Amino acid sequence: MDKTMKFGVVVFPGSNCDYDTFHVLQNVMEQETVFLWHKDSDLQNVDCVVLPGGFSYGDYLRSGAIARFSPIMTEVKKFAEAGGLVLGICNGFQILQEAGLLPGAMLRNKNLKFLCQHVYIRIENNKTAFSRAGRKNQVLNIPIAHFDGNFYAPPEMLETLENKNQIVFRYCDEQGQLTEEANVNGSLHHIAGVINEEGNVLGMMPHPERASEKILGSDDGRVIFESIIDYLEKKAGQGKKKAARQAKPVVSPLPPLIGNL
Amino acid sequence: MKVRILVSLKPSVLDPQGQAVKNALLTLGYEAVKDVRQGKVFEIELQNVDRQTAEKLVPEIADKVLANPIIEKFTWEIIEG
Repeated sequence: MDKTMKFGVVVFPGSNCDYDTFHVLQNVMEQETVFLWHKDSDLQNVDCVVLPGGFSYGDYLRSGAIARFSPIMTEVKKFAEAGGLVLGICNGFQILQEAGLLPGAMLRNKNLKFLCQHVYIRIENNKTAFSRAGRKNQVLNIPIAHFDGNFYAPPEMLETLENKNQIVFRYCDEQGQLTEEANVNGSLHHIAGVINEEGNVLGMMPHPERASEKILGSDDGRVIFESIIDYLEKKAGQGKKKAARQAKPVVSPLPPLIGNL
Repeated sequence: MKVRILVSLKPSVLDPQGQAVKNALLTLGYEAVKDVRQGKVFEIELQNVDRQTAEKLVPEIADKVLANPIIEKFTWEIIEG
């Protein structure tokens, strides 16, 4: 069989989207996928690290604040600094901010409610490794599920994010308009996803893994995973090719949870 | 030695929780309430450190772990010893 890209899904105590993410990468996108335990310090030669959603370490102190000190994060940092692709979803985004790999911080949602609903986001920058399979201004229907997703950055930082095109996704309505109501959590500049200056680390509050199969109401989230695979394939050249993705889907069982807390 | 660290959102950052508390107080008729900011209190017991060491250590802990300097600020004091 042709080789696929290799994805690593990090598991922290309290991660709860790890299996969904693993399922989508392995069974929907048909990529080799492994779990990376938070106590490990070996990234197993993955091509892309995904920090999934959840409530790492109970989100005590602040969302993502404690997870950033786990051994695997030292390796994720090195991997990112060397140009490796890192995707943080929801809590994963918060961890990347706490770790200093992504700008800004998350405040409590403006209405003080845990928001679990489908939202629309607009692709602002489709030149990134995480959005290249989409069109600029394309509207995606992807769910959110968070308490602290109200993106904040001081004015100078916001200006930099705007000027350097680092805002990849913004909350919008179904038509792609940036209305006040569509910005459900109160994020500054409607920010739903940002990328680092180097372009290899992306964080997003919406959950693409929950919107990657039609049966779940939307498969718009596939754009993100397709982008990553496309980027990695182009980068790898002819060595690793698409063939495996066009093969008949095989639903492999998911591995049991690894390690001890 | 025991120290108390107070972490709160910077004045420039919107505090929706403080706002909710403020609104509740106004609803209860406490018209004197002008504004509310909510924060977190940490009491940390230190061992084998003198005052001088604590003055270096506590801000370091607060800056590195207890507060997120992008959105929060902190103050601290020695409350025992």
